[in-house]
Amino acid sequence: MSASMTGAQIVLQALADQGVEHIFGYPGGAVLPIYDELYQQDRLKHVLVRHEQGAVHAAEGYARSTGKVGVVLVTSGPGATNAVTGLTDALMDSIPVVCITGQVPTHLIGNDAFQECDTVGITRPCTKHNYLVKDVNQLSTVLHEAFYVARSGRPGPVVVDIPKDIQFAEGIYAGLSNSQHKSYRPAVNGDERAVEAAVELMAKAKRPIFYTGGGVINSGPLATERLRELVRMTGYPITSTLMGLGAYPASDKQWLGMLGMHGTYEANNAMHDCDVMICIGARFDDRITGRIDAFAPGSKKIHVDIDRSSINKNVQVDIPIVGDCAHVLDQMISAWKAKNPKVDRASLKTWWGQIDKWRARKCLHYKKRDDVIMPQYAIERLYALTRDRDVYITTEVGQHQMWAAQFFHFDEPNRWMTSGGLGTMGYGIPAAVGVQMAHPDSLVIDIAGEASVLMTMQEMSTAAQYDLPIKIFILNNEYMGMVRQWQELLHGGRYSHSYTEALPDFVKLAEAYQGVGIRVDKPSELDDAILEMIATPKPVIFDCRVDKHANCFPMIPSGEAHNHMLMGDDLTEEDIENAITEEGKVMV
Amino acid sequence: MTQPGSAYSLDKIEEKPETHTMSVLVDNEPGVLARVIGLFSGRGYNIESLTVSETEHEAHLSRITIVTTGTPMVIEQIKNQLDRLVPIHSVTDLTVLGDPIERELAIVKVAGTGEKRSEALRLAEAYEAEIVDASPEHFVFEITGRQSKIEQFITLMQPLGLVEVCRTGLAAIARGAGQM
Repeated sequence: MSASMTGAQIVLQALADQGVEHIFGYPGGAVLPIYDELYQQDRLKHVLVRHEQGAVHAAEGYARSTGKVGVVLVTSGPGATNAVTGLTDALMDSIPVVCITGQVPTHLIGNDAFQECDTVGITRPCTKHNYLVKDVNQLSTVLHEAFYVARSGRPGPVVVDIPKDIQFAEGIYAGLSNSQHKSYRPAVNGDERAVEAAVELMAKAKRPIFYTGGGVINSGPLATERLRELVRMTGYPITSTLMGLGAYPASDKQWLGMLGMHGTYEANNAMHDCDVMICIGARFDDRITGRIDAFAPGSKKIHVDIDRSSINKNVQVDIPIVGDCAHVLDQMISAWKAKNPKVDRASLKTWWGQIDKWRARKCLHYKKRDDVIMPQYAIERLYALTRDRDVYITTEVGQHQMWAAQFFHFDEPNRWMTSGGLGTMGYGIPAAVGVQMAHPDSLVIDIAGEASVLMTMQEMSTAAQYDLPIKIFILNNEYMGMVRQWQELLHGGRYSHSYTEALPDFVKLAEAYQGVGIRVDKPSELDDAILEMIATPKPVIFDCRVDKHANCFPMIPSGEAHNHMLMGDDLTEEDIENAITEEGKVMV
Repeated sequence: MTQPGSAYSLDKIEEKPETHTMSVLVDNEPGVLARVIGLFSGRGYNIESLTVSETEHEAHLSRITIVTTGTPMVIEQIKNQLDRLVPIHSVTDLTVLGDPIERELAIVKVAGTGEKRSEALRLAEAYEAEIVDASPEHFVFEITGRQSKIEQFITLMQPLGLVEVCRTGLAAIARGAGQM
C-alpha cells in the first residue's frame, strides 16, 4: 500500500498500521500538525499527561502490563529533554517504547531556534536507537522500523525526531513491509551445542538454582510457560530478580523469593552455595551479585540472554547461550526430555533440606505493633485484601519498593511494574496511569513513598481527566526511607536532608485533584480503610502513616557476599553502624 | 589486607591490558560515528586510533578501524557492545584473527638548512618517504607503513627540524582470501 499524504498523516497511518490504540503525550509548537491530525480522528486515543516524563513512564506501564509497544508523543526542546528520564528508565529495564518528538523545521536546525535542542544527540545514549527524519518519503519506513527495533531482540526505547516542515510536507506512505533489516539481526534460537552442554551440566548438579530476570517477562507469555515447565520438570529451586517477579508463581514450593541486596535469606544463601547456576534473562547486576569476587564461588554458570553484551560483562560464565528466552527454554526442555537424565536425587534432597533450614530462619520476620502501623504489615494487609481482585502493582523507588517486592507476591507476569535499573523516583503514578488505561476494569495500585510520589504527583490530574481509578498507596514515614537507612549504615545516622519537613496534606491534595483521600494511622483501622480504598471508583491517595524508623531487611550490606546478610529482627544500633567497612563506605 | 568489596565492584581483576584492532562495517548515515564514539566515551573504553571512510559507495557502507586497549573481558565487551548498535553490520577483531595487515600514512614537515637538511633527506630515502612539497627551507614528506616505522621516522626527524606531523590513523585488513 502506498499513498500520498502529509507527514502528520503518515505518522497517524503508521501508528494505525502498527495497531496502536493509546498514545501518551503533550502538545507543543513543533508537533502541532500531528496534534491537528489527532483531533480529526477518533480511532487512536490520546492521553494528555501533565509532564513529558510522565508520558514515558505511562507508556512503560502500558507496555509492561500488555506486552505491546508504548507510544509517546512530545514536542521539541523541553518536551524532548523532559522525556529523557523516562527514556533512560525504559532503556535500563528493556521496555519497548516508541517516542515521537517534534523538532524545529529542517532549515532552522542548528540555529538555536526557539525550543530547539539536539534531540538525537541528547537521546543517543539513552535509547536503543534514534532517528532524525529529514525526508518525508522516509518517514513511514523509519516509523515501522522504530517499532520493530523497539519490540524485537532486547526491547528498548526508540526516538523518532520529526521536524515540523516534514510533518507538513506531502510524501509517499509505504505500508508495513516484511523485508529484513539491513544490519540489525536480533538473536532468536540458542546454539544447540551450548544448550546440550547446559542440560548436561544441569543434570549432574548437586546444588542447582535457577536465577531468572526481566528477560523472561519481556520475552512474552510463552517464555513464562516454558520456564515453569522446565523448573517443575527438574524440581530445582528458583529465585528471581526484582524485574523478573511473577514469571514463576510466588505461591509455588520451588520458589525461594527474590534475591539480591534485599532478597531473601534462602535465595541469597542458595545462590552463594550452589554448584550450578542457571541464569535466564538476568544480567548479574551489582544489586544482585554483591561483592563480585565472592559471588557464588565454586559454581558453574549457565547464562541465557538475548543480548550478547550482557554475557561476561560482570561475571564470567561457563556456558553462554545467546537467544530469546522462550526459544532457548524450549530447546532446553526438548534436550532435557531427550536425555531423560538421572538426576542426583540424594544430593538434591540434601540441598532442599539445607534450603528448608534457611527458610526456617524466617528472614522477613518483623515485630508487629499495636500502636503504629508497620510498613511491612500494611503491604501484607494490602496483599491479603486484594486476593479476589485483578491486581496490577506499580511502585516508586525506595524502601516501600523493596517491601512491596518482599511482601506482595506475584503468581503471574506483567503484574508488577517497577523502576529497577534506573531507580526512578516518581515512576509509580504515571506508570499506574498507563496500566489503568490498558486495563480499565482492573485494580491498579501504586505502592508509594511520600517522597517519591511528590516527584510526579501532577499525574493525579491525568487520572482525574480520564476517570482512571488508580490507587496511590503511600507508606508515609516522612523520610526518604532508603536514604535514611543508608545514612544509618554509612554516615553515623546523620540524616542530612532526608526528612521532608513540609509535606502536603495528602487527603486535601487528593481532593484538590478531584480524587479521594484516605488517611489511616492505627493498625486496627487499616483493613477497613484498605477496603474503602478498593471500593472507591475514583483515584485515591491513601496516606498510610507508618512507623517512621522501620528499615528494610534482610540486606546484603555493600561490599559483602551473599552469605553475609543483615537480618532485621536481631540488629542493635551498633550492628547497623558497623555493618559496612570503612573502605566499603566510599563505594556505594 | 582484605580487599574492601562493594555492591559496586571495586576489585580490579589483575589482567594485563591488550591492544586490539577492530574493523567495524557500518551504514554511512548521519550520527553513526557519534554512536560509536559515544559508546566508547560513555562506557569508559579507550580509543588509541580511529579511521573512518566510506568504502562501498553504492551500498553506503563505511569501514571504521579502531585500535583499543583493555583487559580481555573489556575487549569482549567492546566487541559485543558495538555489535548491538542498530546501524552496525559487523565487528571483526582483527587481532584475534591474527597478524592483520596494518598501515598508516603520515605527512611530516621538516624545516632546516645545511647538514640537518641533507641528513633529513638521506633518512627519508632510507625510509622510502616521498617528498610532496619542498622549498630551500623545508621538506614535506609522505610516509606509509606500519606504525612502528612511522614512529621511528618521526623520532629521527625530531632533532632535524621537525615542524609538525599529521597522521591518518590505522587502516587494517585481515590476511587471506576471506572477507572480514
